[in-house]
Amino acid sequence: MSARDNIFRKLRAASTTTLPAPDAAISAHYASLPRTAKDQLAQEFAEKITAWHAEVHAVPRGAWLDKLKEVLAAKGIATLLYAPATAHGQALEAAGIAGLKPYDRPIDEWKQELFENVDAAITGTRGAIAETGTMIVWPDATEPRLMSLVPPIHIALVDADAVVPTLYDAITQQKWTAGGNTLPTNALLVTGPSKTADIQQTLAYGAHGPKELVVLLLTGEAQ
Amino acid sequence: MSNNTTHTLQFVPGTEFKRRAAEVVANPFLRKSFRGAMDFLMMKRAAQFPDPELLERQRDLAEHIRRYSLSKLPQLLEQLEANLTRNGVTVHWAETPDEANAIILDICRRHDTKLMVKGKSMVSEEVELNHAMHAAGIDALESDMGEYIVQLADEKPSHIIMPAIHKTKQQIAELFAAKVPGVSYTEDVDALIQIGRDVLRKKFMEAEVGLSGVNFAVAETGTLCLVENEGNGRMCTTVPNVHIAITGIEKVVEKLEHVVPLYGLLTRSATGQAITTYFNVITGPRREGEKDGPKEMHLVLVDNGRTQAFADEQLRQTLQCIRCGACMNHCPVYTRIGGHAYGTTYPGPIGKIVSPHMMGLAATHVLPGASTLCGACGEVCPVKIPIPDLLIRLREEATHDAKPGHAPLVGQGAGKTAFASFAFKGFAFLYSRPALYRLFTWTATRFRFLTPAKQAGWTDTRTPLTPAAKSLRDLLAERQNRR
Ligand code: SF4
Repeated sequence: MSARDNIFRKLRAASTTTLPAPDAAISAHYASLPRTAKDQLAQEFAEKITAWHAEVHAVPRGAWLDKLKEVLAAKGIATLLYAPATAHGQALEAAGIAGLKPYDRPIDEWKQELFENVDAAITGTRGAIAETGTMIVWPDATEPRLMSLVPPIHIALVDADAVVPTLYDAITQQKWTAGGNTLPTNALLVTGPSKTADIQQTLAYGAHGPKELVVLLLTGEAQ
Repeated sequence: MSNNTTHTLQFVPGTEFKRRAAEVVANPFLRKSFRGAMDFLMMKRAAQFPDPELLERQRDLAEHIRRYSLSKLPQLLEQLEANLTRNGVTVHWAETPDEANAIILDICRRHDTKLMVKGKSMVSEEVELNHAMHAAGIDALESDMGEYIVQLADEKPSHIIMPAIHKTKQQIAELFAAKVPGVSYTEDVDALIQIGRDVLRKKFMEAEVGLSGVNFAVAETGTLCLVENEGNGRMCTTVPNVHIAITGIEKVVEKLEHVVPLYGLLTRSATGQAITTYFNVITGPRREGEKDGPKEMHLVLVDNGRTQAFADEQLRQTLQCIRCGACMNHCPVYTRIGGHAYGTTYPGPIGKIVSPHMMGLAATHVLPGASTLCGACGEVCPVKIPIPDLLIRLREEATHDAKPGHAPLVGQGAGKTAFASFAFKGFAFLYSRPALYRLFTWTATRFRFLTPAKQAGWTDTRTPLTPAAKSLRDLLAERQNRR
């Protein structure tokens, strides 16, 4: 008998009756909570993530590149990692931002360079969550996982129209798993820069991931 | 009586609880640091739950989700295995810590690696993975800051959420100066964290294998969810070529939606945070065309006594636990004796109810007794585990044979002592004979001045037990007469 067989034999030997599924109770619970008005969601998100030590700049959709240039200059960012196949990646190229570094090869070919010679990375997001001040980061083949983790500064673009009230709303409204959708290899919720309080409960930022998180919150009419 | 063949921890023996507890109680320094840390954590948790009615609804919901998941545990595990396999993850099953370690060692050997970086995993502590890897010549390096500190000091975590909570920054400064090459003494917390960051970033780059725990496994999608603040969990699960996750078989839930209320309560109950920096949702290794992520992924599902708890409807509630640590933060015993005194991987109230299944009652029978039954643990538990009831139940199992029709627990009855049985038999004899009982109380109250001032063990730290001048019966009789 394998370990698997033994475990299942023991579990099945116990008497259990399947309880009613909790789905309806979960949905009723979130429906019962006070809702932030739709036009307040982006504001709530910005306030909350600022409290988590992120730097937020609300910018009109058409002007984010200018704001980005300011941020790059202010922080002395010399190399900026970006995803060339994304729409924002192409906008970056067209704007002729200095120090652009495309993530265009498998990590195995340039791991050390990524760890040691990249100052910042810029990524898109799949929206954000107002309740907790959280970004939904959705890496894929064009915009890989390590961009939001390894460089010391992470700059993220968040669409103000894509802010939802809660994580439950994000999963259900954006249909993460419904309708035959499959999750990416690594979906992420990111709420501020990396931190730890493991030494005498004293908060310190930049434990292993980014030390700084900059959010460019895109507002105004959709293009 | 006891045929305990289960795993014993290598670093701290599972017995000698009383001696270790007494040592901590006598150490004002340690007591102060635990008291301070627990007060802080309790205050932060309370601030997250200003509305007691809402909290109660959230706990009911979380309990419902966990109980539902356990009520179809075998089906969910099968579904999880099938979906993980479909996603390209290899699923392994281990009944014992040795089996789990052998599986992981085998994977490391196939990749011919000498270095494994580890994210926080209490199950890996439970199976003593580091010890097994070390014995096989593999360096298993902890990368959670707290775990890294504890490993440098050659210790075990003293808290399941804050592993180095027993250490002051001065002690950590000394430790780093002594153990990390090229580092000089600094008490600056930012500088200390930067030192850890620099050391560990190199290791993330070098390591062929990354190991992590799992907070929630989602059956329907074949997904592993990891909760963390530091980013080391993401490093371990993304940078090395191989990712091995290890967890207990009870961690599975059916759907991603079911995770949401549990996650919300986990972080708020644990550290008083509304959310952690990262919620890492992993659904398989690197896919075709992707540029990073592990090329190979494994999940090791560990039993280690969980099936014993599952077999009994009451004890099964132990498996509802989401390892938030709130029960220890609110425990008057934990606050006074700290995490190491228990001699178990999981300290505090949850440790007292789960360790007997993992290590057997022979090694753990004193733990359920080391409680005042104040009930604080059960009150704060986000998944409403009736911890005090389970403590009473385990006290019973530790000192009695199994009830007819019930399979004995490992180490059943290991806490029986001739003296206690004699005392309880004597008490039962006396109590069931009214005349004799009256004679006994009459004598005890009249001759109370004869009670010895020293009472074996009891009076070492307490005032002597002396019968009252009048028995309750006498007092009631007097009241009646006065009317
Ligand atoms: S028993 Fe309850 S309070 Fe204790 S760690 Fe588990 S979930 Fe948290």
